[in-house]
Amino acid sequence: MSADSVRKAMMGFYVLLFFAWLFGPLLIMSASSFNAASFPTVTPWEGFTLKWFTSLFGNRDIRDGVLTSLTIGAGVVVVAVPIGLAAAVLMTKLRSRTRSIYYAVVVSPVLMPGVIIGVSTKVFWDRLGVALDAPYSSFFYDGLFLTVMGQASFISAYCMLIFLARLQRFDRAQEEAALDLGASHMQVFFKVLIPFLRPAILSAAVLAFLTSFENYNTTVFTILPEKTLTTVLASKVRLGTDPSISALAFLIIAVTIFGAILYEIRARSEARRLGAR
Amino acid sequence: MNDAAPTGARRFRLPTFGGLGASVGIVFIILVAFWVMMMILLPTSYMVEYSFRFDLPPGKVGGPEDVHTLDNYRFLLFGPEGSPERLWLFGHEFKANTLHLNVFFKTIIAAILVTMIDLAICYPITFFMAQRATGGMARLMVLCLILPFWVNEILRAFAFRILLGTGGVLNTFLMDLGVIAEPFDFIRQDIALYVGLSYAYILLMIFPLYNALESLDRNQIEAARDLGAPVWRIHWRIVIPHAKAGIASGCTMVFMLAVGALAMPQILGGPSNLWFTQVIYDRFNTSLNWPVGAAYAFVLLVTCIIFVLVVMRLFRVNLGEIAK
Repeated sequence: MSADSVRKAMMGFYVLLFFAWLFGPLLIMSASSFNAASFPTVTPWEGFTLKWFTSLFGNRDIRDGVLTSLTIGAGVVVVAVPIGLAAAVLMTKLRSRTRSIYYAVVVSPVLMPGVIIGVSTKVFWDRLGVALDAPYSSFFYDGLFLTVMGQASFISAYCMLIFLARLQRFDRAQEEAALDLGASHMQVFFKVLIPFLRPAILSAAVLAFLTSFENYNTTVFTILPEKTLTTVLASKVRLGTDPSISALAFLIIAVTIFGAILYEIRARSEARRLGAR
Repeated sequence: MNDAAPTGARRFRLPTFGGLGASVGIVFIILVAFWVMMMILLPTSYMVEYSFRFDLPPGKVGGPEDVHTLDNYRFLLFGPEGSPERLWLFGHEFKANTLHLNVFFKTIIAAILVTMIDLAICYPITFFMAQRATGGMARLMVLCLILPFWVNEILRAFAFRILLGTGGVLNTFLMDLGVIAEPFDFIRQDIALYVGLSYAYILLMIFPLYNALESLDRNQIEAARDLGAPVWRIHWRIVIPHAKAGIASGCTMVFMLAVGALAMPQILGGPSNLWFTQVIYDRFNTSLNWPVGAAYAFVLLVTCIIFVLVVMRLFRVNLGEIAK
C-alpha cells in the first residue's frame, strides 16, 4: 500500500469516527426512550416499551411549557420580523460612515452572550417599572413580555441579516420603473418590494420561531415565575432520571430528520426545475 | 449592498425617506428606533449603570442612599466584608473572593481549552470537506453536520448525561470489557462538561473554517507537493495562512458561546463545580443581589470584548472578517 492510500484510509476512518461522535449520543438517547428501565439508559436493556411516550404526553409541566414557548415564539415572530425588515431596508438607504456605525450597533446583540442580554433586559424593565411606579400586574413585570423583548433583541438581528442577503439581489430598476409609471411610494413598497422579499419573510419567520423556541440562556433570566419548555426541561434534566425526556428528544430528532429530508427533496426538485429550463 | 443608483436620483428622493414614502418610512424609523433604544442600547447601559449601585429596597431607590459605588466589583475581588478567605500571591497574603475568582478563571481557561479542542477536531474534517469531498458528498456531510444542531441544547446535554453518567452507557461498556473495575465519574471530573461543550458549538467552528478553506485553490497544494513539501509544511505555510480569518472567526464564536454557556454547565457540571454564568444566575435567582449580578455580567462582557481584541491582534484580522 502506498503512503497516499494509507493517508486516505486514515482520513476516512477519522471522518467515520467524527460522525459517530456526532450522532452516537443522539442515537443512544433515542434508544433509551424505548427501554423499559426506569432510568434513562440502554444498558441493561429491559425490554421495549412505549410507556415513556404516554407519560410524556400526560406531563402537565411540559404541556404548559410548550404552550408558553409557542406563545413567546409567536410574539417574537411578530416583533422581530418587521424590525428586521425595517432595519435591513434602512441599512440600504444609509451612507457609508453612518452605515458602519449603525451596522455595529444592530449586529452587536448577535455577538453578545445570551446571558448578558437576559440580565440587561431583566434589569432595564424592572428599573423602568420602579421609576414609573408601575403596578406589579403591569407588563414591566410580565415574564412573557420580558422574554419576547430579550429574545427579539438578537433575533431581530438574525432576521435583518436574512433580509440584507435578499436585498443585495434586489434590482433597483424595478423600483424606478414603478415610480416612473406613476406608482406611489406606498404602492412600490407593497407591490414591488414586499413580493420580492416574500421568501425572505418566510425564512426569517421560521428562523425566528425556532430560535425563540429553543432559547434558554436569555429566557431563564427574563421568564420570571413563568416556565417555557426549555426551562421546564432544564430543571427536569438536571435530575437526569426521567426517560420521558428521552421520548421528547426522540420526537424532536424525528421531526428534525423529517424536515431535513423534506427540505433536501424540495431543494433537489428546485435544482432540477432550474436545470431543465 | 451595491448602491447602483446615481447620486442625483438619491438626492431627489431624500425628502421621501430615501424612496420609502413618508408613512412607511416613519413606521420603519419608529420600529428601528424602538429596537435600538429599548432593546439594545438602553438595557445594556442600564445594566452597566446598575452594577455601580447598592442593592436597595424599592422604597429607598432614588433616596439619599442611592449613590454610585464600586462595592459590587470589590465583592468579586475581595468577597463580603470580614470574609476570612485569603489568597497567596508572590509570597504575600491578600484578602480575596477565592471562590468566585476561581470560578471566573476556570471558566475562561476551560472555554479556551474547548475552543482549542474544537479547532483540532474540526480542522481535518473541514479540510476534507472543502478540498477532498466531491459535490454530492460535501452536501450530504453539511446536512449531517447541521442535523444534530436542531436538537435543543438541553437535550444534547441530556444525551451526554446518559452516555457519561456513573450508571451510563460508557461506564457499563468499559466495565463489561474489564477496562475499569469501578464506574468512572466523568461528570464530577468535569470531563462530561468539556466533551459536551466541545460537541455543542462544533458547527460554529466548522462553518467559518469551511468558507475559508473552500476558496483555497487546490493547485496551490498540488504545486507545493510537486515541489516536495511535506504534508505538515503544506498546512503550515499554505492552508493555515489562507484560512486565518476563518480560524479567527470560528475561535471567537466558540469561545463566546462556551464562556456564556449556562445550560451545559448546569446539567453536565459536577455538584460543586460552577461556571461563571451560574454565579451570575445565582445572584438573580437564589442569593438575590441584582447589582452584584449585573457587575459580574459586565465583567463577563468585558472579558469577551478583550478576547475578541486579542484574537484580532493575534491573527491580524479586522472585526468585519470575524463577524462574517
